[in-house]
Amino acid sequence: MRRLVIAAAAALSLSAVAAPQPALAAEATVAPPAQNWSFGGLFGTFDRASAQRGFQVYKEVCAACHGLRHLSYRHLGVLGFSAAEITAIAAEYKVPDFDDDGQPIERDARPSDRFRSPFANEAAGRAANNGAYPPDLSVIVKARADGANYLYALLTGYGNPPAGMQLGEGMHYNEYFPGHQIAMARPLNDEQVTYADGTANTTSQMSRDLTTFLAWAAEPEMEDRKRMGVKVMLFLLILTGLMYASKRKLWSDLH
Amino acid sequence: MVGLHNSDIKNPTLRWIDQRLPLISLMQNEYAKFPAPRNFNYWWNFGALAMVNLMIMIVTGIVLAMHYTPHTAFAFDSVERIMRDVNYGWLIRYIHANGASMFFIVVYIHMFRGLYYGSYKAPRELLWILGVVILLLMMATAFMGYVLPWGQMSFWGATVITNLFSAIPIVGDAIVTWLWGGFSIDNPTLNRFFSLHYLLPFVIVGVVFLHVVALHITGSNNPLGIEPKGPQDTVPFHPYYTVKDTFGMCVYLMVFAFLVFFAPNYLGHPDNYIPANPLVTPAHIVPEWYFLPFYAILRAVPSKLGGVLLMFASIFVLFLLPWLDTSKVRSARFRPVYKWFFWLLVVWCVILGYCGAKPPEGIYVVLSRLGTIYYFAHFLIILPVLGKLERPLPLPESIAQAVLGGGGRMPAGAVAKPMEKA
Ligand code: HEC
Ligand code: HEM
Repeated sequence: MRRLVIAAAAALSLSAVAAPQPALAAEATVAPPAQNWSFGGLFGTFDRASAQRGFQVYKEVCAACHGLRHLSYRHLGVLGFSAAEITAIAAEYKVPDFDDDGQPIERDARPSDRFRSPFANEAAGRAANNGAYPPDLSVIVKARADGANYLYALLTGYGNPPAGMQLGEGMHYNEYFPGHQIAMARPLNDEQVTYADGTANTTSQMSRDLTTFLAWAAEPEMEDRKRMGVKVMLFLLILTGLMYASKRKLWSDLH
Repeated sequence: MVGLHNSDIKNPTLRWIDQRLPLISLMQNEYAKFPAPRNFNYWWNFGALAMVNLMIMIVTGIVLAMHYTPHTAFAFDSVERIMRDVNYGWLIRYIHANGASMFFIVVYIHMFRGLYYGSYKAPRELLWILGVVILLLMMATAFMGYVLPWGQMSFWGATVITNLFSAIPIVGDAIVTWLWGGFSIDNPTLNRFFSLHYLLPFVIVGVVFLHVVALHITGSNNPLGIEPKGPQDTVPFHPYYTVKDTFGMCVYLMVFAFLVFFAPNYLGHPDNYIPANPLVTPAHIVPEWYFLPFYAILRAVPSKLGGVLLMFASIFVLFLLPWLDTSKVRSARFRPVYKWFFWLLVVWCVILGYCGAKPPEGIYVVLSRLGTIYYFAHFLIILPVLGKLERPLPLPESIAQAVLGGGGRMPAGAVAKPMEKA
C-alpha cells in the first residue's frame, strides 16, 4: 500500500512537470463526403445492375494490379450472373494445378476457384508498381474508415496538386488519400469502360458502380444480416414487452 | 455428516438423484428460494447479464475455434473464410466480436454500481476482490482474442502491450522474449495466445463460481445499503428477480442485436481488416475501446516504467478499495458528498477513455494527466479522508420501512426506481 502510494505520487509529480511527449505527426486526412448508397441504412440492398457494372470495371481496369482473393467466381451468382456466364468469366483465367501424372500445369479456372490475383506475391506487386503495393481489394471497404464513401472519394479525388506542393517521384495528387500523395495513377477516366446496358460511363458513375461491387465483395452477408436483424429486433421487441408486462403483474402484489 | 440428503422433492426419480447428489436442492435454495432484498433497482441486473454474456462468449468461441486456424499465414484468411463460407459464420463471429464489447459494457456498469452503492464494503470484501480478479482475466482474454484475427491492430496492439514488460529493469527484455516465444511477435506468439484465449474463459467460469458462492454467503447489497432485517425486507429470488432479470436481459439483447446486425464493425478498428504486416506500422495504434482509459493512464506518464506501473496500479488499487473507503455507510444515497465524487470519477474515466483514442499530444496529454491524478486521488486520498469528514444522511430503519411505509404510498415503479442522478 505505501509503495503504491509512493509510486503513484512520484509518477504523478513527474507527469505534472514533464514536457509533453513527442507528438506523432498526424497525417493530413480529409473526411470523404457522404454519398447515397443503395446498400446504406437499415434496409439497404446492393443494386444488382450497378454491382454487375462495377464488376466489369474491376475486371477491365483494377484487376491488372489488384487481387480479390477472398472471392470465388461462383460468388458472382449472387449478383445475378448466370452459371454459363460465370463459367465463361472463370475460363478467361489460368490457375496452376497438377495433371493426372502429378506434373504442374496451368488450366482454365473453374467457378469454384478463387479470383486469380495479378501478382504471385507482394514483392512481385511492388516490383511492377514502382515499389508500391496494390492491396487486395476483397475487404477494402471494411478496411478503411467510412469505406464506401472513402473509396468513391479516392477514385474521383485526383487532380492537380495545390501550388507549392512537391510531389514525390511517380506520385499523384489525390485529395482524399492520407497525405495526398498516392502511388496509384488515376485509374478511371471518362469513357474508359463501355457498359453494355448503355449507362453513362463517366468517372463518377464508374466509381459508384465499382464501389457498390466492392462493398458487396467486402460484406456479401450484408443483405442476409440486415434481413435477419429486422426479424430478430421485432421478436425481441415483442418479447421485451411481454416480459415487462409479466414483471409488472408479478410485482404488483408487493406494493 | 455422512448419509443421504434429506430431499423434499416429490418425483421419485428426481428425489432418488437428489438424495445422492443434491444439485436440485442446491439450485432451489440458491436460486429459487434465495431471499433477495426487495428493493433492487435495474442496476442489479448487470450481474446476471455478465453471466449470460460469458456463456454467449464461450458458445460462440468454441464454434469459431472449429473453423479458425492459429497460424500467421492462415489466421486472417480463416477468419474471412468464417465470414463467407461457414454457414452463419458471419453471425457467430460478429456475436463473438461484439460480445466482447458488450461484456465490458456490462461489467463496467456492474462495477460502477458497486462503487455507487458501496457493495465492496464489509462483509463483501472478498466478493469484490473476486470481481476484480474476473476483470483482470477478462482483460487478458479479450486482449489475446483480439490478436487472433491477425490484422494490423492485432499485431501492433500485441506489440505495444507485450513490449510494456520490457520496461521492467534487468529482466524485462528476457520476459518479453519469453512471452513472444521468440525474438519478435510471430507464429509461436499467435499459437500460445490462441491456447490461452481458449483456456482463460474457463478460468473465468471458475472464479465466477467463487464470486457467486461468496455472494450467497453474504447476500446481496441493495440500493439502500442496509442489511435486510427479516422476511419483510426480502422476496424469493424466483419469480420476482428471475422475471425482472429476464426483462433486463431482453433489453440487453436488443442493444446487442442492434450492434451485431446493423453496426457489426462500429466498435472495431478498420485497420484490423488489413492483414498483419510487421514492416508497416499503422499511423495510430489504438487498443479496443474498453482498454482506452488504461491506455491513457499508460501514456500520461513520460517514463515507460512509470506508465506501466501506474496502469497496473489503476486496477490493483481496486483490490484495496474495501479498506481505502473509511465510511461505514454503503449507499451513496446517504452520502451527499461522496455522490459528487462518484460522478466526478465517472466523468474522468470517460475523459480518459476519450484521450486514449487520441494521439498523445497537446490537450490530450494534459487531460490524461489530470484524469490520472484524479483517478488515484479518488481512491487513495478522497475516499480515506471523506469517510472521516462526511456527515451521512440518516439511514432508514429497514428496507421495508423505506420502500413501503411512511410518506404515503410509493408509486408502483418505486422498487424499480432507476439510480437517481447526483
Ligand atoms: C497500374 C496498377 C493499378 C491499377 C490499374 C489500379 N491500382 Fe489501385 N493501387 C495501385 C497501387 C500501386 C496502390 C498503392 C498506392 C499507395 O500505397 O500509395 C494502389 C492503391 C489502391 C487503393 C488503396 C488506397 C488506400 O487507401 O490505401 C485502392 C482502394 C485502390 N488502389 C483501388 C483501385 C481501384 C478501384 C482500381 C480500379 C478502378 C485500381 N485501384 C486500379 C495500383 C493500381
Ligand atoms: C471471456 C470470454 C471471451 C472474450 C472476452 C473473448 C474475446 C475475443 C475477442 C475480442 C476476439 C477478437 C474478435 C475479432 O475482432 O475478430 C476473439 C476472437 C476469438 N475467440 Fe474469443 N473471447 C472469449 C471467449 C472465447 C472462447 C471460450 C473461445 C473458445 C475457444 C474463443 C475463441 C475465439 C476465436 C477462435 C477467435 C478468433 C476468431 C475471430 O477473431 O473472430 N473465445 N475473442
